[in-house]
Amino acid sequence: MYDVQSKDGKEWFYTDEVKDHFFNPKNLLKTREEAEQCAKQASGIGEEGSPACGDLMKMWIKVKDNKIIECKWQTFGCASAIASTSMFSEMVKGMKIEKALAIKPQDISKELGGLPARKFHCSVLADKALRAAVNDHYKKTNQLDKIKEDKVKIIDKILKITDHDIEEAVLEGVRTFEELQKRTKIGVQDKTCIPEAEQLLRFYLEKYFNKKQ
Amino acid sequence: MTIYLDASASTKIDNEVLIEMRPFIEEEYGNAGSMHTSGLKAAHALNLSRKKIKEILNVDEVIFTSSGTESINLALKGYALKNKSKGNHIITTKIEHHAVLDTLEYLEKNGFEITYLDVEENGIINPKKIKEAIKENTILISVMHANNEIGTIQPIKEISKIAKGNNIIFHTDACQAGNSESLKDLDVDMLSLNGSKIYGPKGIGILCKKNSIRLEPLIHGGGQENKLRSGTENIPNIIGLAKALDIAQNNIGEYKKLSTLRDYFIQELLKIENTILNGDKNNRLPNNVNITFLNVEGEAILLMLDEKGIQASSGSACTSNSLDPSHVILALGMPYEAAHGSIRFTLTKDTTKEDINYVLKEIPEIIKKLRGISPVNLTLEEIKNV
Repeated sequence: MYDVQSKDGKEWFYTDEVKDHFFNPKNLLKTREEAEQCAKQASGIGEEGSPACGDLMKMWIKVKDNKIIECKWQTFGCASAIASTSMFSEMVKGMKIEKALAIKPQDISKELGGLPARKFHCSVLADKALRAAVNDHYKKTNQLDKIKEDKVKIIDKILKITDHDIEEAVLEGVRTFEELQKRTKIGVQDKTCIPEAEQLLRFYLEKYFNKKQ
Repeated sequence: MTIYLDASASTKIDNEVLIEMRPFIEEEYGNAGSMHTSGLKAAHALNLSRKKIKEILNVDEVIFTSSGTESINLALKGYALKNKSKGNHIITTKIEHHAVLDTLEYLEKNGFEITYLDVEENGIINPKKIKEAIKENTILISVMHANNEIGTIQPIKEISKIAKGNNIIFHTDACQAGNSESLKDLDVDMLSLNGSKIYGPKGIGILCKKNSIRLEPLIHGGGQENKLRSGTENIPNIIGLAKALDIAQNNIGEYKKLSTLRDYFIQELLKIENTILNGDKNNRLPNNVNITFLNVEGEAILLMLDEKGIQASSGSACTSNSLDPSHVILALGMPYEAAHGSIRFTLTKDTTKEDINYVLKEIPEIIKKLRGISPVNLTLEEIKNV
């Protein structure tokens, strides 16, 4: 992974792979009409993000024998979001649901030949939208026991900082506990949460960047 | 084919400027501080350039720096640190360049109190608000002359009068104003400007100030620039800036004609549905067009434009280091949803109607394509109600 302002002096900050998926996205619903049509046949529909944040991802999946046979999508998002979702939708096609859900953002990034570090969070939207679409499918097929929601857990009891906040901080560049504390003030007052916060930080660093502290 | 519409980011150096700089890059490399013929030649060129700028702008003192950003840093930090016994309150607006905002944020962390004023919906500050914000401990006001994103021109003379009436020092960041506004009789206490926006070289800026103003230097060393900015003088760039400023300030009338092309461009872009013009329609730089295309993300537009040879800029979070969208667009009262799809086109003095027509031919298709794939479908009315 290299950064946009990076040291290696690459002319274009996206790889050819990213550019290709940006200009020729796969499995994309190109018009609103196509999206409406697709909704009628979809096994599940999921959405992640919000336009206010500058990123909204919507995904339509078709499931057969517990396999994803089609993964269509639309996005209000930047080039990285478009490219990584395009790549992701190709990767999950034909996969068992459980396997598809296990794809990590860095797997997508790897397939794309790398994303600039601060663009990394864009690729997270795709897997979260898939999770939502799969849940929708489980709901529709009455497999309620399989639904997994992202539960938010409060870690710092005084400042009400959640595991989600730690995840966001990691995606936006935090790498050490000092950085996390500087950014979120976690554990400044509620010192009892520090061990758990450190553990979560390690978990997310490993999850997204394969980095061991 | 390349159509460059990013003049507010950087301009092409004028040939006349380059010709004047050239001997001092290739042959006359002496240090203006040296006691020999080469040094004296450099010192002479330095003095002539300074004199020329003083005359063009009608100012007491000119300090050469490395950039607009450095000039602004010297003006704000230099003044605040030297004059803290007089007070610790500084007034500015929410639409300033980061060179101002981040410098003031630094001062805030170091004991100063900063008031960031809202602008009106059209992106222009109401001078009354400045008057009302003045307190007993106010020592400095900093308001930009022309905004770098939306091009709105601020009422500098009025603000200057208010500052004077209250014995407060007034600094203006005029980096974007050099081509279209006469800077000669602004009568401000300090003014910052740089070369790269006025068809001059990069890596050179000036801070102009009145004699009576005392500053704390930020860079210490050999004592150049009246001990306010140490470091060997960059003679070619200094010559280049002086020449570029001379050309710019003497051709304001010609430059202002760009507004005809700007207005045509704006009028045609607004024909695309669900678009918003950011900033005042008339009181803006003659080369600035800033449009929000609802329901699409700015960076995606930029990359597709670039593929067609069109180079513009965006206030989109995705093109900057921060993940927040443009603070300027947000300061206009626009919701976050609308701030993500803003594109800035800044015309150069060589932009033609053919160039604009080419952009107008390509852009509706790009917007249509990106809106087609967008699951968001907000309208102007909904945006207003957000």
